[in-house]
Amino acid sequence: MIIDHPLLGPRDAAEFVVKGDASLIDRPDGLAEGAGDAFHDYLHLRDNPAGVHRELWYHEHGDRSWLVVTRNTLTHEVLKVELARDAARARGRSR
Amino acid sequence: MSQPFRLAGGLTDRSRPLVFRFNGTVLQGYHGDTLASALLANGQRLVGRSFKYHRPRGILTAGPEEPNALVQLGTGPAQEPNTRATVTELYDGLEATSQNHRGPLEWDLLSVNDWLAPFLSAGFYYKTFMWPKSFWEKLYEPMIRAAAGLGQLSGAPDPDVYDHGFLHCDLLVTGAGPAGLEAALTAGRAGARVILADEDFRLGGRLNAETYEIDGMAGADWARAAEAELATMDNVRILPRTTIYGAFDHGVHGALERRTDHLPGANGKPRQILWRIYAKRALLCAGATERSCAFANNDRPGVMLAGAVRAYVNRFGVAPGKRVAILTNNDDGRRTARDLQAQGIAIAAVVDTRDGAAVVDTRGRKGLRSITLKSGRRILADCLAVSGGWSPNVHLTCHQRGRPVWRDDIAAFVPGPDLPPGMSVAGAANGALTLAAALKDGRDTATHIVGNLGFATSNPPALPKAEDEACAITPFWHVKGVKRAWVDLQNDVTTKDIAQSHREGFGSVEHLKRYTTLGMATDQGKTANVLGLAVLAEASGRTIPETGTTIFRPPYTPVPIGAFAGRARGKQFRPTRLPPSHAWAAENGASFVETGAWLRAEWYVRDGEKGWRDSVDREVRMTRESVGICDVSTLGKIDIQGRDAAEFLNRVYANPFLKLPVGRVRYGLMLREDGFVYDDGTTARLAETHYVMTTTTANAGLVFRELEFARQCLWPDLDVHLISVTDAWAQYAVAGPNARALLSKAVDDLDLSNDAFPFMACTACTVFGGTPARLFRISFSGELAYEVAVPSRYGDAMIRGLMQAGEEFGAVPYGTEALSVMRIEKGHAAGAELNGQTTARQLGLGRMVAQTKDAIGTVLSQRPGMTGDGDLRLMGLRPVDRSRQLNAGAHILNPGDQADLAHDQGWITSVAWSPTFGHSIGLGFVRNGQDRLGETVRAYDPVRGKDTPVEIVSPHFYDPEGARQRG
Repeated sequence: MIIDHPLLGPRDAAEFVVKGDASLIDRPDGLAEGAGDAFHDYLHLRDNPAGVHRELWYHEHGDRSWLVVTRNTLTHEVLKVELARDAARARGRSR
Repeated sequence: MSQPFRLAGGLTDRSRPLVFRFNGTVLQGYHGDTLASALLANGQRLVGRSFKYHRPRGILTAGPEEPNALVQLGTGPAQEPNTRATVTELYDGLEATSQNHRGPLEWDLLSVNDWLAPFLSAGFYYKTFMWPKSFWEKLYEPMIRAAAGLGQLSGAPDPDVYDHGFLHCDLLVTGAGPAGLEAALTAGRAGARVILADEDFRLGGRLNAETYEIDGMAGADWARAAEAELATMDNVRILPRTTIYGAFDHGVHGALERRTDHLPGANGKPRQILWRIYAKRALLCAGATERSCAFANNDRPGVMLAGAVRAYVNRFGVAPGKRVAILTNNDDGRRTARDLQAQGIAIAAVVDTRDGAAVVDTRGRKGLRSITLKSGRRILADCLAVSGGWSPNVHLTCHQRGRPVWRDDIAAFVPGPDLPPGMSVAGAANGALTLAAALKDGRDTATHIVGNLGFATSNPPALPKAEDEACAITPFWHVKGVKRAWVDLQNDVTTKDIAQSHREGFGSVEHLKRYTTLGMATDQGKTANVLGLAVLAEASGRTIPETGTTIFRPPYTPVPIGAFAGRARGKQFRPTRLPPSHAWAAENGASFVETGAWLRAEWYVRDGEKGWRDSVDREVRMTRESVGICDVSTLGKIDIQGRDAAEFLNRVYANPFLKLPVGRVRYGLMLREDGFVYDDGTTARLAETHYVMTTTTANAGLVFRELEFARQCLWPDLDVHLISVTDAWAQYAVAGPNARALLSKAVDDLDLSNDAFPFMACTACTVFGGTPARLFRISFSGELAYEVAVPSRYGDAMIRGLMQAGEEFGAVPYGTEALSVMRIEKGHAAGAELNGQTTARQLGLGRMVAQTKDAIGTVLSQRPGMTGDGDLRLMGLRPVDRSRQLNAGAHILNPGDQADLAHDQGWITSVAWSPTFGHSIGLGFVRNGQDRLGETVRAYDPVRGKDTPVEIVSPHFYDPEGARQRG
């Protein structure tokens, strides 16, 4: 499998480590009301669709970028690759 | 050494004779032969025994699809079983032996299985070996195992070298037959980067096996000329002897190149190279495989595929028999007869099923002697050339779940619409079964592909002229009868087995495969699958496309495990990491132990020490009495910088970090987001915006990965940067009452007094007259201790300098074992306690977890299940009878309780014999241990048969107030 790294171009998947559902970016606020339930959902309720899926991949044998890879799990087609940092900012994360 | 079946002509080099052995007999062949063609030239028709019935078997094909002629090559460690004689290039000194017989090949004792055939039908072992149940393990299974399998491995390590390599191209052409060569020429002339791979050692495919003409020259000569033109192109790489074994995601192809298998010796060169080919486009020109027909006793040596017969005659100059009969359902029969006649070989009969004729039986115990026709007439023949039609080699088109589709006009499956992205198919593999059609298909498809890639194909030469004789076929699959008619020769699957499988409910094609083993093993049914489907279709009253096919998966042909391993064997499988003091330690009697990828000194042996305990006890005692030095460079080290570094640390550690002053170190406890303890270590603040974190040796890489995740994905705008500096610094612990005195001699101009540099202080400094260093006053041993770090390149000099400076104090180096003894005496948790299933509370560190901040793991560490009563707690344990020894893994039980899980009170995680206290001590998790100090329980160890009364004590055996480390 080949992942088209936004900074480095096409790289073999063997250089990466996969972490899973990109929803892990959406870490709840631990100080908010009901944080326990929110963390339960965050940690344990992940999607594992047969089809288009957004996943976190880490370029461990490369530049150490975390990426969000949008991939079809049935065909392995890679539809989109973004820096996870940009994806996180787009979802409102900052400091 | 005469070759009675050798003919004139062919493509072998008669000026280069080669000598080889088969079952010990010395035989001769020529350069350009395969083992199979050389065996046939010598009249050796019987080459092996079949898998189940041990029937005599010969050579069926002339290519990679061979199900029968599997031999063992070589002797000793390099011997290789199940090698197909039909693709084994002959070389001087080749040694081959036949497989799967007890006693000589001609008189196989297990051929009794053939008489037992009525009891050995499909699925027999599922039914036969059921009763009595107790017989299975003792009798049936060992018996079946002994009889199963074909060749034998030597059991010795593979002496050959294998390599891995990577290639990139615009177009990968798989197969160098007419379509592949024309495609490669077209793409090469246009300037595309082309790789042309073919599993044969001679390019040309069927051009070498047939008597075709192209542009007025012999097909083989045209192939030669095409290869010569390709060889002049810098943008084309030709890979002969290379099998494309798999088509993987995104244009990645697996290729196995055989580099030295055809040579008498490898001379240290890699035997095979496993290539990973990154191709923008792929063009499959893999040709087609001929199939047989099923009729009674169609498996005798001498029964061959007609295309193979032509290949032996035309390419290798070998007659597969003196009197050849032909059975065909298509026009290839006529071609075969013509080619044989041209060589003066007698034609016994041409049996064309389209005329209603058929072969219904054969005779000849170790080789074909005669065939029997439908009419009952017997015809003498020592070879029967069978053509049941051609099946396009669609395998690679199915490697990403594509399914082939049936074409009635050629009675064959062709590639379906769901090709792997970027792959095209041309030539016979695409159902273009005539030569002219194959050439045109190769040309047109390549033109289209390179055009798509932006290459211009201007002024192409005229398409080569070749015959376009259609190969009319009327499917004919099998002759019904009471005798066994083989479908899959490698697995001894007959038409009866298929009918029985259907009768017994295994009528789906995937079930059929598992029930009968049709299409399994080394050939994966290349010659058998379609025939098997046809027989199943007939039995079930469906059409062949309705019956469907099984899924083709990589590899296309077998790939040695050694090739997958490449050079990653033994010590190269995982590199060993050596800490900076390694050379010094080796000079000084160190015994080494693997800890993860690291090789660390476990203890240092001194003269007169009788066992490891002597060394470890001495190291502990000397450290506690004077001073000891330990290499702790293997700890993970992460350099953390940025304006928000403090904030970042405060969020990744469970305990507070915002107020750590510059020049101080703090113990840090890291949780996972699920609230369990992940890792621990110390973090030193070297400057306002500069920290250095240590992690445990085992988690160094993982913690770094998680920190990067937190930095990039959770808080992308925190100003913080991370670098792994584990390998950049050599770090030594200097521990013991004389540590300060020793270090005063090593460190330049630094006041090391307790006031100026107290416990948990840190600073940058220099050592031994200007070498840059960092000094941390931290202690794992419980003694007055420091850790001093220098850039790795000074690590060796540093250990030598420290030992020299320590000479007057009797300084000792200590290894991981003494380190462990001292941390157990001190009650520090390590790997056995930080096992990913324990909480801060269980480790006695619950109060460290700050509740006023949102750090990783804080929220879920407070889940009800992790905070309730009756929880485990890390405690110290010591035997009531001090002479008894404790063992890690023992479970804690209350006195008098039943030894079962319901009464389990915990377990011992770490033990040591403490030279400081003179008895065995342990750490362990005990239910409500904090409230049970002084209580006596049992350390129950059924594995070692021990039941030892132990006392629950504080885990801090040694200096619980910490006066020594603060002194």
